[in-house]
Amino acid sequence: MNVPLTPSNGGCRNAPVLKERGQREVFCGLTGIIWLHRKMQDAFFLVVGSRTCAHLLQSAAGVMIFAEPRFGTAILEEQDLAGMADAHQELDREVARLLERRPDIRQLFLVGSCPSEVIKIDLARAAERLSKVHAPHVRVLNYSGSGIETTFTEGEDACLASMVPVLKDTTARELLLVGALPDVVEDQMLSLLDALGIGPIRLLPARRIDETTAVGPNTVFALTQPFLGETHAALERRGARHLAAPFPFGEEGTTAWLRAIALEFGVSEEKFEEVTAAPRARARKAIAQAAEALRGKSVFFFPDSQLEIPLARFLTRECGMSAVEVGSPYIHDALHGPDLELLPAGPQIAEGQDVEKQLDRAKAARPDLTVCGLGLANPLEAEGMTTKWAIELVFTPVHFYEQAGDLAGLFSRPVRRKQLLRMEAAE
Amino acid sequence: MKLTVWTYEGPPHVGAMRVATAMKGLHYVLHAPQGDTYADLLFTMIERRNHRPPVTYTTFQARDLGSDTATLFKTSCHDAVDRFDPEAIIVGASCTAELIQDDPAGLAETMGLSIPVIPLELPSYSRKENFGADETFYQIVRHLAQPQERTARLTCNILGPTALGFRARDDVEELTGLLSEMGIDVHVVAPLNATPSDIARLPAAHFNVLLAPETGEAAARFLEREFKQPFTRIVPIGVGATRDFIAEVAQIAGVSPKVDESRLRLPWWSKSVDSTYLTGKRVFIFGDGTHVAAHARIARDEMGFEVVGIGCYNREMARPIRTLAKEYGVEALITDDYLEVEAAIERFAPEMILGTQMERHIGKRLGIPCAVISSPVHVQDFPARYSPQVGFEGANVIFDTLIHPLVMGLEEHLLTMFRDDFEFHDDAGASHHGGKAKQRIEADPQEAEPQVAETATGDNIIWLSDAEKELKKIPFFVRGKARRNTENFAVEKGLREISLDTLYEAKAHYAR
Repeated sequence: MNVPLTPSNGGCRNAPVLKERGQREVFCGLTGIIWLHRKMQDAFFLVVGSRTCAHLLQSAAGVMIFAEPRFGTAILEEQDLAGMADAHQELDREVARLLERRPDIRQLFLVGSCPSEVIKIDLARAAERLSKVHAPHVRVLNYSGSGIETTFTEGEDACLASMVPVLKDTTARELLLVGALPDVVEDQMLSLLDALGIGPIRLLPARRIDETTAVGPNTVFALTQPFLGETHAALERRGARHLAAPFPFGEEGTTAWLRAIALEFGVSEEKFEEVTAAPRARARKAIAQAAEALRGKSVFFFPDSQLEIPLARFLTRECGMSAVEVGSPYIHDALHGPDLELLPAGPQIAEGQDVEKQLDRAKAARPDLTVCGLGLANPLEAEGMTTKWAIELVFTPVHFYEQAGDLAGLFSRPVRRKQLLRMEAAE
Repeated sequence: MKLTVWTYEGPPHVGAMRVATAMKGLHYVLHAPQGDTYADLLFTMIERRNHRPPVTYTTFQARDLGSDTATLFKTSCHDAVDRFDPEAIIVGASCTAELIQDDPAGLAETMGLSIPVIPLELPSYSRKENFGADETFYQIVRHLAQPQERTARLTCNILGPTALGFRARDDVEELTGLLSEMGIDVHVVAPLNATPSDIARLPAAHFNVLLAPETGEAAARFLEREFKQPFTRIVPIGVGATRDFIAEVAQIAGVSPKVDESRLRLPWWSKSVDSTYLTGKRVFIFGDGTHVAAHARIARDEMGFEVVGIGCYNREMARPIRTLAKEYGVEALITDDYLEVEAAIERFAPEMILGTQMERHIGKRLGIPCAVISSPVHVQDFPARYSPQVGFEGANVIFDTLIHPLVMGLEEHLLTMFRDDFEFHDDAGASHHGGKAKQRIEADPQEAEPQVAETATGDNIIWLSDAEKELKKIPFFVRGKARRNTENFAVEKGLREISLDTLYEAKAHYAR
């Protein structure tokens, strides 16, 4: 069954980790709302926060989604802070108004922000109260997407973790797949597992509240995203068991991820080969084409989404790159261990950030490709470096076999573009 | 608490960042949680700046709150001064840091830094971005400007342009050229590209040109009060405003108001017969107060449009916009709630919107063409080409901007003549725009049409089906006007139903 070979020079699972504290150039967890509100079609995300929160959502979305987005910000005003208005009463009023206008909403998430956390508005209590008021039509949950507690993709983690306690109980042996994926990718994943004869399968998040996602002691779960540490812990508390595996990026990652599930469900080797052989060959071919520009080049990751370690594994093992530094906002061994094990030793593994020092290191190393956030990309390009802005990796379908070539393409495009542009005089 | 989906303005510390990012040699130490760094991308992505904004964020996290965020602030301040070696720093708090009350201003003052430290008090829960920029620039000027002799040559400063400003880069260039033609040198432009030492020498100029009142007025007023520098009140956007501005400058500076107008094309472009179709087009104007005021005048006096409504999102400009609305005989809409703006646009059913990126979206939804004339901006509003708004070239640029979204003259006639053509119909949109033309879906003639009671309006007037059908034959860009006029006519005549005759009687009544 083509078990991925650990690198001959040893992997990075036990490599020393550089832990830095300083300015962190990262998004807060509210950003996840941009994709979550599209994924859950009957959910509304109500941020209780400031004008800054609203401005962040608008700016991070890049293009405004004007077809009535299913998110909004209840902006705290001076009277809310001065205690002249009871924040809970105000919130009840805004929620009632919102739900009246949007009868299609079945789940409401009250999302905590930096200001709401600092002034300690108890959103758990509010969610409980509002759930009673609007039950059974609407379920109200709460989580924090604040920057003081969550980094970028941890917002999705907090959201999914908030749903785990209210999932129905089951004793059935089921496979639960966890993480918000683009619909097209989710469908591919489901059809692969279906072809392997694995089921029944449940999804978290489900596209709608009525779908019967449940959890219990016979549930086994696999994560499709590497940033779901809290959700992982919450599911284990409900008795579910995690299938640890490298994440399904690239041909090798997807195969290893599927294999972990196939082993658990006793799928024969012949069956596994039969189902995966063709898409694996397609993925390898697509990667080979897209990765041509990447071979032999070096890459440097700034911390952003926690996708860095699995992606570094993909780029080094399947695209022929070498990693200089792999920064991640947080590293969880239970989640990232299998990918770290496969990542060839050599790169500096870094957790957390002091952006100024990290920029110094990147500029000294002059990597061929730097993966970083939107705030850093153009300034580094202006210094002659080639960058890939990281947020695109979260907004684009990149998982599983059929997207493996696209994933390599996301990294090779800036490199190819640099080779294409010629503006000097012809002479 | 107020539910908001999209905002016209960011928080006030983003305004402060627009000033800091515009300047050189200045650094902003911002006490803010992790996540507030998103604001960097406004500058590096939307404006395509090739430098990081000169901002150090303390990026405190939950675990820091229990311990010592004040020390974190001081460390960040020291590190920023050591690393970036600025001539001066501004210090302040974002919305969350305001709540933990560390007092960045007080802390920075006790640190014994050898450079000027300018504290900012920007109330995040009551004020917004434009206020933040205006107040920050004012504080910088108040702290740094030094008394000094006027320059020997006749000079002025240009005040107000910031990073992320609407066409600020090109406006400064155009204005500098215009002033130079009048024999006036530009001493300092600020905040855009100014250093703290440039700010110190602002008082040497003979007067100030206030290019962007939203972000420069407090500083201009301070310089007038403290250093007796008069400043210009007219923003030269549009032909008439530019001529008035020239007269104002001539009067302040004691120079001749004669300038070369040979580059000015708007007047002829607007008078040429091809532009006849622009006559009386109903436009709704919304944006920041300065651009709205300028465009109201351009629309009415220089394009021959009919202004059906104006408004602004920045409350600081509510009074002048209300006064202006009275003069134009329309209502002023002062709001930062885009849903209210959308409702107003729906109600007025204008043929065109002059607005911001928000109104462009509203227009897209309602099928009304929109030209973007003001912030908030998008990456499209930072064109590579020279594209000022002020002065004579600005007027030329605006003429092009305003006619681009419209269906052009002859095309408009053809649509009216052959309105039943299956591919050349009004849903297809203007032919010089991209996008695939949609074919008209032919109604099945077999389907029986109901004879009465098609649509009831707000005034309980009923459109009979033949009138309703006729209305649909009117091209989309005038249909809203025809519907409104007909309904108003029916109300005036006390009619309860609109028939085909009513429609044409109304048409005759409103004929111009």
